Amino acid sequence: MKKILALLLALVMVLGLAACGGNTDDEPELLGMSASPIDAVELTVDYTVPEDFKIGFICLHSEESTYDLNFLNAVEKIKTAANLKDEQVIVKTDIPEGNECYVAAKDLADAGCDIVFANSFGHEDFMIKAAKEFPNVQFCHATGTKAHTEGVANYHNAFASIYQGRYLAGVAAGLKLNEMIAAGKFTAEEAKIGYVGAFTYAEVISGYTSFYLGAKSVCPTVTMEVQFTGSWYDATEEKNAAEALIARNCKLISQHADSMGAPSSCENAGVPNVSYNGSTYESCPETFIVSSAINWAPYYNYIIKSVVNGTEIAADWCGGIAEGSVVLTGINQDVAAKGTLDTLKATVAKLKDGTLKVFDTTTFTVKGAAVTEELMADVDTDAAYTADTKIVSDGAYNESKFRSAPYFDLRIDGITLLNEKY
Amino acid sequence: MAGMGKTKHSRIHIVKREALPWYYRVGVRALAIVAALIVTAVVIMLLTHKNPIQVYISMLKGAFGTELRIWSLLQNIAILLCISLAVTPAFKMRFWNCGAEGQVLVGCLATTAVMMFLGDSLPLPLLWTVMLIAAVGAGIVWALLPAVTKSLWNTNETLFTLMMNYVATQLVAFFLKTFVKNGSGVLPPMPEYGLPRLLNKDYLLNIVIVVVLTVLVYIYLKYTKQGYEIAVVGESENTARYIGINVRKVVIRTLVVSGALCGVAGLLLVGGTNHTISTTTVDGRGFTAIMVSWLAKFDPLYMVLTTFLIVFLDRGTQQVATDFRMPNALSDIVTGIILLFIIGCEFFLQYKIVSAKAGKENA
Repeated sequence: MKKILALLLALVMVLGLAACGGNTDDEPELLGMSASPIDAVELTVDYTVPEDFKIGFICLHSEESTYDLNFLNAVEKIKTAANLKDEQVIVKTDIPEGNECYVAAKDLADAGCDIVFANSFGHEDFMIKAAKEFPNVQFCHATGTKAHTEGVANYHNAFASIYQGRYLAGVAAGLKLNEMIAAGKFTAEEAKIGYVGAFTYAEVISGYTSFYLGAKSVCPTVTMEVQFTGSWYDATEEKNAAEALIARNCKLISQHADSMGAPSSCENAGVPNVSYNGSTYESCPETFIVSSAINWAPYYNYIIKSVVNGTEIAADWCGGIAEGSVVLTGINQDVAAKGTLDTLKATVAKLKDGTLKVFDTTTFTVKGAAVTEELMADVDTDAAYTADTKIVSDGAYNESKFRSAPYFDLRIDGITLLNEKY
Repeated sequence: MAGMGKTKHSRIHIVKREALPWYYRVGVRALAIVAALIVTAVVIMLLTHKNPIQVYISMLKGAFGTELRIWSLLQNIAILLCISLAVTPAFKMRFWNCGAEGQVLVGCLATTAVMMFLGDSLPLPLLWTVMLIAAVGAGIVWALLPAVTKSLWNTNETLFTLMMNYVATQLVAFFLKTFVKNGSGVLPPMPEYGLPRLLNKDYLLNIVIVVVLTVLVYIYLKYTKQGYEIAVVGESENTARYIGINVRKVVIRTLVVSGALCGVAGLLLVGGTNHTISTTTVDGRGFTAIMVSWLAKFDPLYMVLTTFLIVFLDRGTQQVATDFRMPNALSDIVTGIILLFIIGCEFFLQYKIVSAKAGKENA
């Protein structure tokens, strides 16, 4: 037994040395990350924050979640830009989507906050409950849907036209697929994207559809499969979903879920990944292409300015590329296709001047037919999810126009849902 | 296992102490808490590089800083105390009921279901009555199953009650998946069907109910025949049988009491506070309650103190975490340290360690 062990140990050591030796010579020069295709928008702080001003933030998770990290990074940005002191900014992390949120919101209002901000969809009802009890405090909620119908004057929703960012990320994905097709790795018909989604819910559907349309705009034969996890943050489920998609021959993976599950299984399998919420380049340098994200700092700036100047905060606020709310990371030049940066810059210009619309009704079909202006969506939240508003005009589906949170929930052709999770 | 054959005398012995005078016991416990606070302060200082005085001030502010926080503290004490009262009769009987978490959760679920489906059709006082019956009934069923199988087939109650917790959690998850279809599966709160507010205060009713329950459980355990039977069964089942106590009956009856109290906790949690449910509504308090009860030696009055200590630590350290931008795990770390000291001091109040030589002399 001992002899065999010794032999094995020796073998491992020899192999280990050989492996190390082999790597040193031909390590390729890494090009690293480029600048972002979208020019940064500076925060303009043209107001003075009074000494006694306070703002409180409620986050679903903490820094470990890419989703929450994105909000927390924006908090730091506005803190510096608006010159806020430590005691003027209170952050509560790991607040679940339950009564805990109501308790936290009330506690922040009670502690003298002028604004209370919460970042997760499920916080909404509890924010409304707290808003009714503290009419002099502004309650702002990201991703919510009820502000425009609830009639609570100090409760507000916000989002960003992130579908534009998703579309841009999709273009980068399509270019990568084209490059792999040209290199003979697979045929044009085999170009298939895998997508890990959290819930079968408008925000996610809008996200993956715009991503797919971006990819399709440069790679017309592309198809996509979506696997849902039923959770916004579940590293194991997201990893499993990504691995299952890779096993189903998906050539590129993207995700709308908040852990490192999907990006890290892509890195392990060597499959290119388009990320969300922020760069995963540090952990996944060999597969990360680009990531779209919402920058919340412009919204924070807007609500602080409104409160300081005593002006109304809109019930719904949706920032775009021009406001600096929709951002892209730089492009990983070691993975992305050549010329990606230039193509994206050109696409950004077209999105900005309105010549390109993400949900152009000529670019997609539902069950073989194009959508018409008669189409309605569920914009005003109700228990039965009735479609109540006509949303198609001028040849495009008007996402985030009638409320800030996405409502696009069409199942367009070319995308297959492997499961559904509500 | 190599040393099995040889007899080895260990150098130290653990010997049970004689009863200590009360001032000694109180003094040792007070010292333990002070020592624990010092160790906590050192740990927090190392982690945050802040002055420990600031840390203590922040803890006190978190627990008592504003009127709202004091109410919140009292409300949390009420709920944890209610669950602790619930587990106490079973534990006193040496029935290891680790299922309070699930028993409270099904109480919550029953309350929520009644609010959701009957809220529209029943007048409020009747609705509250139905909520109470449903919550207490659900709690009793959840406690009774392990008790009955224990009496009939001597199944292991620890495993059984633990497993029932998972069943309860999954039932709630299933309920939410079935009846709430939005992005996060969050059931919007239904304050319109909540229990009445005393003197227009949110949590006062909960607090009053738990105060009454505390006194009742104290009397039940200390001055009634049933309470005495529980104590006897806990000390020795054989003695209980010998003096003619029907052990099966006592086990089942006690678990009914336990489950009913858990049901009440569920009712107060949903009907009196949250007005909604999630899988984490009970938030581990079913387990914390065991510790509260045990630390208080199953005495409901002493339990008020132990509950206060645990809730104070929890609220206080959460404030420290917020003020100094620390992860919320800090609260668990600190609570863990302090409990270690308290449990440790209980050990040394009951036993002493003597060296082998001294041990021999004593023997």
